[in-house]
Amino acid sequence: MNLNEAQLLQAYRKMRQIRAFEDRVHDEFATGEIPGFVHLYAGEEASAVGFCMHLNDEDRIASTHRGHGHCIAKGVEIKGMMSEIYGRRNGTCAGKGGSMHIADLEKGMMGANGIVGAGPPLICGAGLAAKFRKNGGVAIAFVGDGGSNQGTTLESLNLATVWNLPCIFVAENNGYAESTGSKWSVSCENIADRAAAFGMPGVVVDGHDFFAVYEVAGEAIKRAREGGGPTLIECKLNRYYGHFEGDAQTYRGVDEVKKVKESKDCLMLFSKRVTEQGLLTQAQLDAIDKEVAAEIEASVAHAKSSAKPTSADLMTDVYVSYP
Amino acid sequence: MARELTFKDAINEALAQEMARDETVIAMGEDNVGGMGAEGEIDAWGGVLGVTKGLHAQVGDRIMDTPITESAFIGAAAGAAACGMRPVAELMFIDFMGVCFDQIFNQAAKFKYMFGGKAETPLVVRTMIGAGLRAASQHSQCLYPVFTHIPGLKVVIPSNPYDAKGLMIQSIRDNDPVIFCEHKSLYGLKGDVPEGSYAIPFNEANVVREGGDVTVVAMGMMVHKAMEAASALAKEGIQCEVIDPRTTSPLDLETIIESVENTGRLVVVDESNPRCSMAADISAQVTEQAFGSLRGPVKMVTAPHCPPPFSDVLEDLYIPSPEKIAEAVRALK
Repeated sequence: MNLNEAQLLQAYRKMRQIRAFEDRVHDEFATGEIPGFVHLYAGEEASAVGFCMHLNDEDRIASTHRGHGHCIAKGVEIKGMMSEIYGRRNGTCAGKGGSMHIADLEKGMMGANGIVGAGPPLICGAGLAAKFRKNGGVAIAFVGDGGSNQGTTLESLNLATVWNLPCIFVAENNGYAESTGSKWSVSCENIADRAAAFGMPGVVVDGHDFFAVYEVAGEAIKRAREGGGPTLIECKLNRYYGHFEGDAQTYRGVDEVKKVKESKDCLMLFSKRVTEQGLLTQAQLDAIDKEVAAEIEASVAHAKSSAKPTSADLMTDVYVSYP
Repeated sequence: MARELTFKDAINEALAQEMARDETVIAMGEDNVGGMGAEGEIDAWGGVLGVTKGLHAQVGDRIMDTPITESAFIGAAAGAAACGMRPVAELMFIDFMGVCFDQIFNQAAKFKYMFGGKAETPLVVRTMIGAGLRAASQHSQCLYPVFTHIPGLKVVIPSNPYDAKGLMIQSIRDNDPVIFCEHKSLYGLKGDVPEGSYAIPFNEANVVREGGDVTVVAMGMMVHKAMEAASALAKEGIQCEVIDPRTTSPLDLETIIESVENTGRLVVVDESNPRCSMAADISAQVTEQAFGSLRGPVKMVTAPHCPPPFSDVLEDLYIPSPEKIAEAVRALK
């Protein structure tokens, strides 16, 4: 593992930001103040951060409906995201996207996406653009176990190999496509097993373990940057909340989430490892927790006090130019 | 001396000139080059009907073959457009939109709006439309009304070689996603095309023939059917003003309404099926905005509400004919 102290602190901060953001959105959604559909990423933080720690602003990612974590990991500003989720004019997308469409192309974040499996084709295009521009960029598509079954994903795996694109496809298998178990809906034991059929390496990794994800991601990204082509990586992990906020999750086992939280929560595993190995101190982690809590608190206050769009905003930005 | 080119070669020349001018312009599609992975010659096809033939020799790898995987490569073109390229992706037949439409209407068309204005998607989707080649139900439709319906998309339907070149150049330079509809029956049509580069702005209808009695709006192949009808009607003393909108989104309604204010009569000819068609759309808009100028009902001449048939007898009945157009015009006089 080649992470220095600053990088370790950065990784922990990002994961904590995602967790605190999602926990808070969960609480705020319950008050009825947040409109629309919200899908939370809590529990899966090690995946987004483990990959995005390797990336710069030139690199692109495409996310899913469960996109907040990927946004934060890729460097999208938290205040803007919270405002967006509240439908405010100063949100990342001016209040026109909402939770399911947060994007920030300047940060290389090509959007959360309301369509399951829509990201992989777009990421083939981002990889193609990087190849033509010869900027060494890579492009990563995150999909869920549900998205892994979409034709768009399978077509993209094929195209990425045929065109030898600098793309990585990450299947975040949290066990459920909405309420349907991936043990039932995925035709093979591991989603990553499908890589063989598309002529690329396939890797399964424990998505609760940041260090394992970081390592696997690093190898795939390095290979892609060097022209070695795409990789399919499956992160096996768990989501702590429902498919969407309001999901009673009656399809899940008794104490299922509780057991995961107690045994393999990604933040817990990370803290344990870095403190036991003397890489970071508990005091350093506690300080980050405190700072992040204040940051999230401020983002909510900022969002709630921000103005909503006006009627003048309805018809802007449909086109670059239209008579 | 004017130089003649076919509709097909005019599009080819537009692509070649834009690709030479701007290296972010790339082209992709099934068999756009042809012969990849085979033992014979490269550029074997240059597109299924040869529209992109010869480009590979000029631009090399910037024109790419794709597997038959419309969702992946149309989506890749959208993604590349959002990352600073100007892709021209060929959806071989518009009928194939069914296997890739999400990437067009939920992705490319919506990036700018959903992302709060902070995205540009300069994507061109070239696609073949239209009946007449006995290609049956899944290779003969005119589905441009479906694309016209979607905010965020622009839709272009050239009817002659001059317009095909100028509108293609504009489509490539435009910063919004454009659906460029090429009527397959027009590929062999010859016409004057300047050698130099020129762009025809969107939202500028072309008054193809002036006349004071009846306004006839038609697009794509239907412009030629309307012109045939207009010639026949002129012999009967009926003067048609034939207007080719050239783009259905944006739509130059102003030119159409100005004409209707003069003629008081409107026939809209559209090769697509009638329900929610361009004919229905233009009729509704003119009725709403210029009702006072109309001296009779707006007439729609469209394909019937059935899929394009295979047998020549049936397909000939399906396609709006000059006779049917003339009949509609006469009914208004």
